[in-house]
Amino acid sequence: MKILVTVTEVADADDEFEISGTSIADQYLTYDLNEWDDYAIEEAVQISEEHDDIEVVTITFGAERVEETIRTALAKGADRAIRVWDDSFEGQTVLDPSQKARLLAGVVEEEDPDLVLSGVQSGDVSIGATGVALAEQVGYEWAAVVNQLDLDRDSGNAAIHRELEGGVEELTDVELPAVLTIQTGINEPRYASLRGIRQAQSKPLDVMSPEDIGVELEESAIELTELVEPESESNTELFEGSAEDTAGQLAEFLRERGVGA
Amino acid sequence: MSDVLVVAEHRRGELRDVSYELLTAGRELADSTGGNLHATIISGDVDEYGEDLNREGVDAVHTVDHGEEFNHGVCTQAVEQIANEIDAQYVLAGNTVNGMDFYPAVAERLDMPLVTDAIAFETGDGLSVIRELYSGKTEGTIDVDSETAFVSVRPGEWPAAEGTGDAAVEAFDADIDEEALNTTVNGYEEVGSGDVDISEADVLVSIGRGIEEEDNLPLVHDLADALGATVSASRPIVDNGWLGQERQVGQSGKKVTPDIYIAIGISGAVQHVAGMKGADTIITINNDPSAPIYDIADYGIVGDLFDVVPALTEEFGG
Repeated sequence: MKILVTVTEVADADDEFEISGTSIADQYLTYDLNEWDDYAIEEAVQISEEHDDIEVVTITFGAERVEETIRTALAKGADRAIRVWDDSFEGQTVLDPSQKARLLAGVVEEEDPDLVLSGVQSGDVSIGATGVALAEQVGYEWAAVVNQLDLDRDSGNAAIHRELEGGVEELTDVELPAVLTIQTGINEPRYASLRGIRQAQSKPLDVMSPEDIGVELEESAIELTELVEPESESNTELFEGSAEDTAGQLAEFLRERGVGA
Repeated sequence: MSDVLVVAEHRRGELRDVSYELLTAGRELADSTGGNLHATIISGDVDEYGEDLNREGVDAVHTVDHGEEFNHGVCTQAVEQIANEIDAQYVLAGNTVNGMDFYPAVAERLDMPLVTDAIAFETGDGLSVIRELYSGKTEGTIDVDSETAFVSVRPGEWPAAEGTGDAAVEAFDADIDEEALNTTVNGYEEVGSGDVDISEADVLVSIGRGIEEEDNLPLVHDLADALGATVSASRPIVDNGWLGQERQVGQSGKKVTPDIYIAIGISGAVQHVAGMKGADTIITINNDPSAPIYDIADYGIVGDLFDVVPALTEEFGG
């Protein structure tokens, strides 16, 4: 059995930043493994530890720089990795979930996994649609926002919980093959062990171009044309001074409101 | 082709608020295209829902009577068929957990570009969608260079449509292929019921990512004890298992309406704000003055919580 995990690197902006064109200037960005994908990796690795003969393969869209993040996923227990890239994507933010899904679909068709785990969304652009779009493109079943997963290999079924709003979960059976988008909190992602980090260096990491996987992307119909920092709507009355001063002013305010009396 | 279709949402016997907001957003687009505004409701008590959706500005409501609760297979097939039937130019749905479970598939089937989580539209020469990027730190304008589009709309951004319209409420005879339904919804479970009911608390001391480590939590418990307050938290704290789900404030947790909400080390992401904006007075302690929590806080201390919180506890003899 094979599990494919989509792994994305996301950009986190500093508190203070400047916008350059339609993106945040690179010196204000820090790149890291997407939080949701961390949970997806952990879920796949846990399944591979509980069952025999499960291969965990990661798939990432990105330039060479993302290999550091991919090695992190390998160090946490994935068996091998695939990176898809073409230099023509340099400097572009791919916002079209259909396009992203098309690249992933090329790999899914090649690898033929039983299960694809994908983060609910990426922490930077937060489109939140790639996993389900991928399922539709490759003819897999799917479920979005999964926060519990029990795999029954014999029946080819995943018993899952979907995290709805307001503290309600939907209990659903999903027939495999399927794409599940994984919500944070589904497990406790591990830290990579030193041994894992060493092993990751020798695990296979294949680089492919869209042509290699038989995908030709059309020009996207959606384009980011402007990026602005929203005007602050803040009307907050600030208590000023040292920690003791501000705490004193807040305490006085709270006492006036009958708190702690 | 100039009509707009809105996919309303219900859960466990009730239309969700976002359905009425979608009607307002849909009307805005229909005004720009000069087309009609259609709404559809799929599964559940569709006759009652259909009447509820007949608000001012709605031209037609299509009801699909199939099963009780949301099933993405049914919804995907029905929305595709209705959109084709009315030759929809734009289709709108809520950027919700169930929305995310069907609209990417429908957009693929209709071959419409998908833009998610819209907070505003710019219409005129075509459609542009405004949405947040980089965790709410920026807002982007996304131009849609296409005749048609599927757009999901963030809950709480458009006002609910009101009044009663003169729409025709009619059953739509969707042809649902049962063989293609490969998921079964077996039921629901309420989570996060515990000894503490944060939605009843008068004063909440709420903690977020800024607390950094589980070992620092006593700082907050000490403050809450000194104030006679209840401790609540934003999502990351609960995801980490540092506090139970019953203490989670936000979209996927509880909605709270205390007299006083003290947000400590909480940035104020939209999902969190959705759960606490009903508090009477919001106070924040956060060292980043550009954090979105300052857009909603009434009072604030821009400072290091590790200095301010112990000082505040001391003020109350803790």
